[in-house]
Amino acid sequence: MPIQYYLFLSFALFSIGIMGALMRRNAIIIFMCIELMLNAVNLLLVAFSKLYNDASSQIFVFFIMVVAAAEVAVGLAVIVMMYRRVHSVDINILNRLKH
Amino acid sequence: MDLFEILFWILTIGAISSALGVILSRNPINSVICLIATFFAISGHYVLLNAQFLAVVNIIVYAGAIMVLFLFVIMLMNLNADVEPQKSRLVQFAGIISGGILFLVILAALRDSKINGTLEKSANSVGLIENLGKTLFQNYVLPFEISSVLFLSAMIGAMVIGKKEPSNDLPERSPNQN
Repeated sequence: MPIQYYLFLSFALFSIGIMGALMRRNAIIIFMCIELMLNAVNLLLVAFSKLYNDASSQIFVFFIMVVAAAEVAVGLAVIVMMYRRVHSVDINILNRLKH
Repeated sequence: MDLFEILFWILTIGAISSALGVILSRNPINSVICLIATFFAISGHYVLLNAQFLAVVNIIVYAGAIMVLFLFVIMLMNLNADVEPQKSRLVQFAGIISGGILFLVILAALRDSKINGTLEKSANSVGLIENLGKTLFQNYVLPFEISSVLFLSAMIGAMVIGKKEPSNDLPERSPNQN
């Protein structure tokens, strides 16, 4: 199995995540697209770990998972607070910094 | 085409189609379920790549913990397809075009790269927990400890953000009065 197949798969998943983050207005869906992009990078790291027989990139995958978990905890807390204030998760409402 | 390649293509098609389901479904619950399916497909890829421990951790942490957190938040807000805000067609089209252009640019950059190699199908012991633990605690002890500090600060930050404020400054957000 050439390494290019895994590269194509990871890039496809990453691009799908980018498209979702640009297309949707729901803040939770945008968060899920960010998780999708992080997982695409994880898959790429594991593929290169297999290619070079090195365990360091799998350790990096652990750290990416740690950062993703912390990010989700803080981000969902922010979204819940925003929902309490404006009763919506639409990101187009959050434009107070523009005015 | 042997079993390895058949499994690779099945998992690839599953991952990409369920990832498309994440961004295309109207209902946020369906998006979460499609994302869990994507994570299972990626875990299958980890097993094919001899990263067995990472496959299990991916299922436990992502599909088990993070997605349940998402589901709880969606359940708490009572979101469904009727109240789902949609961007205009022009913005959606622009998003798809720019994502596709990014994909094309990365593929074009990949064509000229020197990365080529073949993943052999033989099993090795890189992804086993013994080897990973030795690498983690011999070479990466300091990032491990710093990540514990990161977790602690994220936990405290989530609690501080989610704490109820005294309700005298914002009278319009108390829902039990209206």
